[in-house]
Amino acid sequence: MLLDVAALTKTFHGQEGFPPRRTSLRALDGVSFQVGHGEALGIVGESGCGKSTAARATLRLVEPDGGSVNYDGQDVLAAGPKALRTLRRHMQMVFQDPASALDPRQRVGDALAEPLRVHRIAKGADLVRRVKAVLDEVGLPAAAAERYPHEFSGGQRQRIGIARALVLEPGLVIADEPVSALDVSVQAQILKLLARLKADRRLAFVFVSHDLGVVRYFCERTAVMYLGRIIESGPTSTLFDTPKHPYTVLLRSASPVPDPAAEVARSIPEGEPPSPMNPPPGCHFHPRCPLASDVCRAEVPPLRASDAGRVLACHNVE
Amino acid sequence: MNAAQSAPGALPALAVEGLTASLRLGGTWYDAVRDVSFQIAEGETLALVGESGCGKSLTAMAIMGLLPDKIGRMSAGTVTAGERRISGLTEKQMEKIRGDAVGMIFQEPMSSLNPVLRVGFQIAESLIYHRDMSRRAASKRALELMELVRIPAAAQRFRAYPHEFSGGMRQRVMIALALACSPRVLIADEPTTALDVTVQAQVLDLLRGLQDEHGLGILLITHNLGVVASNAQRVMVMYGGDVVESAPVGAFFANPQHPYSAALMSAMPRVDRATEDLNPIPGQVPSLQEMPAGCRYQGRCPLRVAKCAERPPLVAVSEGPHHLARCWVKAPPPGEGA
Repeated sequence: MLLDVAALTKTFHGQEGFPPRRTSLRALDGVSFQVGHGEALGIVGESGCGKSTAARATLRLVEPDGGSVNYDGQDVLAAGPKALRTLRRHMQMVFQDPASALDPRQRVGDALAEPLRVHRIAKGADLVRRVKAVLDEVGLPAAAAERYPHEFSGGQRQRIGIARALVLEPGLVIADEPVSALDVSVQAQILKLLARLKADRRLAFVFVSHDLGVVRYFCERTAVMYLGRIIESGPTSTLFDTPKHPYTVLLRSASPVPDPAAEVARSIPEGEPPSPMNPPPGCHFHPRCPLASDVCRAEVPPLRASDAGRVLACHNVE
Repeated sequence: MNAAQSAPGALPALAVEGLTASLRLGGTWYDAVRDVSFQIAEGETLALVGESGCGKSLTAMAIMGLLPDKIGRMSAGTVTAGERRISGLTEKQMEKIRGDAVGMIFQEPMSSLNPVLRVGFQIAESLIYHRDMSRRAASKRALELMELVRIPAAAQRFRAYPHEFSGGMRQRVMIALALACSPRVLIADEPTTALDVTVQAQVLDLLRGLQDEHGLGILLITHNLGVVASNAQRVMVMYGGDVVESAPVGAFFANPQHPYSAALMSAMPRVDRATEDLNPIPGQVPSLQEMPAGCRYQGRCPLRVAKCAERPPLVAVSEGPHHLARCWVKAPPPGEGA
């Protein structure tokens, strides 16, 4: 395994109202996943389920409270500042909105050269050559290096964001909704680019998205999160063709399909995901679950192996 | 030219004829929406789809008289809601139409709601303004509307502020507000784009239910073809300000005719089947200043021929009388080969 994340927990603290009350939000409640070389793991779920926190905690962009993260045999959470910097060279991030991830006053070429300088990987002619090569790899002309981020369209800016992640030749890319801000035609360009990079470089991905179609195209395996916990995971196509956990079933049936003959989800239960500030006891999904029984209200269902490489946390489904 | 679906004699809920909207960029006026015509019958949903910058939202803004002052104008066309002509009115007259004859909901309800007013009052306000109701009667009706859009514990939440609601609940408030004066037509501009899928399904289901009950005509503006398939009866695809295809939903998804529609569909990854390969559309939408003369899609089109330098008309394809496309190759006008 290239990346092994186990039992990650993270609670955010804040205060609210007047007089101020301390509040806590359990964003990650024992999240575990593994990613192999050249493999893409999708993490899906609705707003507030903790999918972005899970991705960021893996890189320690958010410091997790507990659990473990191992990258290629190295303990990421125990790493000191120096070791962490070396590790981050191998684990890079691509964000949803490259416009806010790029410095508007820095030329694209400088933005791409900066990580190479910081990590002392290249300088002089070698640095210029590497910048050109990575621009070419993501489908941008060499002249792009002289221009500023605002001169590019959204799709091209995402190419720049990807180039900056790639320039350090990482083994793992953590992508948080990388195509969500893009129109369909441009989204397809970027997805194809990512798929090519995955194959050519044997890159591993943790791919966070709310779009099940995008995940199905890109990810071999997918984990579904609900209020800080993974509730089902498995090979993406089986997961979406025959979802087992009632929440996966709901998510799948609520996802619109471009086919007028497809059955429309008429029986979406009322109610929205409860606030992660105050999640219900037992299985977090029980208030919306058609199969909920007494045990669901009292006990957290453990994640256990189901058939065909799937893992499932439900008291009532095998 | 449009495939009117309404029963003979019945007035469409909304009729748009030859709408052209222009934007001023650097001192020059450019047509950003060109010659758009359609009708929506009562109880019908017409979906307007396309990518950013195709002119779909601008069409809605032109209909509502909301084009930005000085840099936007409706340069041609008429808009009729029921028997009332609503184009060419003064701002003062338009204020009486918006929220009354025509309701509107937008993508981000938070920016349409007043953050410092209680939601119940905001709904009632529309009734006080348009219907001359007393505060008390309007409040009573507002509460009924909140129940109609299935806001749980409506009586308690009547006095809550918009920030106390979730995104889905806010969109329900917007729908209650839009329906307060019983309009015959609702313009919904990306109404569920900011919502999670399960909440999106609930809101769309609510809209369908209200439509069945009240015979509402809906103009559904969206970029999501999945939402179109499950919610509209007819679809119009826009590209570069032109309607490039117009068809009943079934015919459209079974057999998209315009090369842009076909390309959009094969660029979209699907959750319901394995997508072996995606086919991105090369290039990007040209800016208004760089729009080619003739067919605006020609620069990205695999079927391009010399004739594309002229603008093709929107005419019926051989598939059926209600299926129109604007393409010399796929929909040559009778008697004219490409």
